[in-house]
Amino acid sequence: MTSSTTTSITITSCAKTFADGTRALEPLDLSIQAGETLVLLGPSGCGKTTLLRIIAGLEAPDRGGRVLFGEEDVTHLPIERRNVGMVFQSYALFPNMTVWDNVAYGLKVRRMDKAAMKQRVEEMLAMMHIDALADRRIDQLSGGQRQRVALARAIAARPRVLLLDEPLTALDAGLRDRLRGEIDALLRSLGITAVYVTHDQAEAMVLGDRIVVMSAGRIAQIGTPRDIYHAPANAFVADFIGTTNRLRHKDATLVFRPEDADLVPPGEGMAQGIIQVVHFLGDRQRVHLHTDDGEAVIVEIGSRRRVAPGQRSGIAVRPEGMVHLSGNAEESAA
Amino acid sequence: MPSPYPRLFILLLPVMILFGAFFLIPMVQLALAGASGPQGLAAYASILTTPRHTQSMIATLLLAVSVTATALIVSTIAGLFLARHRFPGRSVLLALLTFPLAFPGVVVGFLIILLAGRQGVVGDVSRMLTGEKLVFAYSLAGLFVGYLYFSIPRVILTIMAAAEKLDGALLEAARSLGASTWQVTRDIILPALRPGLIASGAICFATAMGAFGTAFALATNIDVLPMTIYTEFTLNANVAGAASLSLVLGLVTWIALFIARSLSGATTAAAA
Amino acid sequence: MTRKPLFLLQLCFTLAVCLFLMVPVILSVMAGLTANFFVGLSSGLTLRWVEEVWRLYQDTIWRSLGIAMACLAVTTLIGIPAAYVLAMRGGRMARLIEETITLPIAIPGLAIALALILTWGGLREFRMSWLFILVGHVLFTLPFMVRSVLAVMLSINIRQLEEGAASLGASFSRRFLTVVVPNCRPGILAGALMVVTLSIGEFNLTWMLHTPLTKTLPVGLADSYASMRLEIASAYTLVFFVMIVPLLIAMQMAARDRRPRRRIAKDMTS
Repeated sequence: MTSSTTTSITITSCAKTFADGTRALEPLDLSIQAGETLVLLGPSGCGKTTLLRIIAGLEAPDRGGRVLFGEEDVTHLPIERRNVGMVFQSYALFPNMTVWDNVAYGLKVRRMDKAAMKQRVEEMLAMMHIDALADRRIDQLSGGQRQRVALARAIAARPRVLLLDEPLTALDAGLRDRLRGEIDALLRSLGITAVYVTHDQAEAMVLGDRIVVMSAGRIAQIGTPRDIYHAPANAFVADFIGTTNRLRHKDATLVFRPEDADLVPPGEGMAQGIIQVVHFLGDRQRVHLHTDDGEAVIVEIGSRRRVAPGQRSGIAVRPEGMVHLSGNAEESAA
Repeated sequence: MPSPYPRLFILLLPVMILFGAFFLIPMVQLALAGASGPQGLAAYASILTTPRHTQSMIATLLLAVSVTATALIVSTIAGLFLARHRFPGRSVLLALLTFPLAFPGVVVGFLIILLAGRQGVVGDVSRMLTGEKLVFAYSLAGLFVGYLYFSIPRVILTIMAAAEKLDGALLEAARSLGASTWQVTRDIILPALRPGLIASGAICFATAMGAFGTAFALATNIDVLPMTIYTEFTLNANVAGAASLSLVLGLVTWIALFIARSLSGATTAAAA
Repeated sequence: MTRKPLFLLQLCFTLAVCLFLMVPVILSVMAGLTANFFVGLSSGLTLRWVEEVWRLYQDTIWRSLGIAMACLAVTTLIGIPAAYVLAMRGGRMARLIEETITLPIAIPGLAIALALILTWGGLREFRMSWLFILVGHVLFTLPFMVRSVLAVMLSINIRQLEEGAASLGASFSRRFLTVVVPNCRPGILAGALMVVTLSIGEFNLTWMLHTPLTKTLPVGLADSYASMRLEIASAYTLVFFVMIVPLLIAMQMAARDRRPRRRIAKDMTS
């Protein structure tokens, strides 16, 4: 039981309608390969958490939906019988137990023998660098320490699948970056199938083998981080991931990222405009312009160039930097 | 440093005068009266030395403990159920369960007579079923049922308040680790309810120790401590005995509440 | 799913508990309205017993209402300022005072009543008047008012509000009446409902403190239980229910308005 191997996940026509009639998820198919880290990304209310909870077994899909772990149909198995590991946004550590007892809980429930349990818990604590905290109470831990305990607890019983629900949202920026790197290393070394929910695109890019961008209960696009950034399927994806500019040029609309554009002397480039604001960010500068056609454009330039609001400037776009929307839902740009 | 609120003390004055004159001084008088009898200070030991008083104390303690235990078990089951499920009719059920909250003990006594007295419905039903008429209102069992009657609503409310504060993610986390419904209840829910259980258990115990109205309405010779005190005072005109016994009783209930408060870490406002 | 049977089991249990609590109430209401309880409903429904109660015990009802109102007035007038001081000061002294004010809940009413009689029973005029009962009720209900108001004051950080008002130049009495009191309204309301409900139902103290001329409703009830026929006792209980139910409903509504107030309701002591 404790040596379960990791598994693929297949979801077929899973929809979710809540008791009050809200449709959280439109019928949806998705397959996740064994060992893959799949990130569900989207704004709040897009259905990503509902989808995760259906995979976990905390919500049942509407009639007709099916969830398979490998070959096994787990649609009607409650979460406690699915052998998953789950990490919650609020950590959900048990306040009446020590760190050690929290990590051991899943093993106790599985009636693992004492010696093996001790060894496994110590291994987990060491892996997450929290061995010194074993006897602490939960309320004596910092946010980052709690997150490590939550991870150790979730993987201690060697689950088939690891599910993470916005695990870093409650932490401050610096700690978030560090833990993000650690989680990435952990997932790679475990080789476990992982589903990771977030609304933070940087997190999604770093961690995801593939990213599922969701919107209004539907999948907007599935792809590698690179695909999604450079070849967004539609306007929603293009706008949700990174910043996009739109510029009308000779009867066509050009779509491009700020870092693929440059400021050139007036009269050159594809468009002309006046610099409104310059934000100095240290490693680069973000320049906001109004074009003569009344469009707003953002261009990123090196941090040593000197530009000032009020200046006229041309805007050039590198040809390879054009974003081609694979769908045709461009009209929503306004 | 000059206080920006010089009048604060004056605002407290009315309460302090009232409590001084009508509570603190009388309690001291009560303590003195307890020692004023022929036995002197030894009156305070009468709870141990007078067999009638000892018996009364033991009976009251046993009654209070068993009522507390039963009320906690019954109310935890019902309270958890109501806190964790939403279904049609739930709010009506909840209103009915908390309705007896405001009944004085004497009314509860009367209700128990209607339930299990000489003309009680329990007697009618048992006669139909077994031919024997079951009447227990006027015994210790009647008192037990009566105390249970006014304890259950209060404990249910405490349990529900505690259960609604419980973080749902904790239960989901336990389940994700493989815990069954029973294991979740044992390992997560009950530990989270502990402070509420201790606090309401202590109130339950203290109320059952000091309640007088129910026993009075059942009008029996059940020798619970409040009845003994009442008898000593009114029938035997034994002022010293009544005073010493009621001080001992007051001390027991206060200690119970005090211990509960330090165990559950709750503020004064949560206990008593 | 596996939860279904467990759900039904718990539902049945809860319904059984509800039945246990409600059957005696229903019996009592029925007994108060039937011509002859021993014959049963077939003897017909009547308001005769209620009229009889009104004739015999009307004075206890008015007296209980009067004492409850007086009790409310006193606890409001002295309780709100006291809660205010406790909220502003904090610290050991405030804890000690709060503890002392709360003692009458922890100590059985019988003991307090005895102490009052021993100390003040000698003043015949006082002993014979309803004011003697009022004193007992105020001691017993004041903690509920103080704690209810105090809880609200602490939750809204009354100290900061007060300092805000002071920085705008408001005098003490103006601050108290225009900032402190209005902001504590939910606590005052909850406390007031508690005080009235508890005062109307108080028996443990009142039984010892009353005289034949100062019987309150619960004392009258005890009297009728001992000496009247079952129908009259039931009709009298029915009258009590009718008085107490609106208060309970108001209390539940006030609790729903402000969630933290809910814990007040469980504090009731019979």
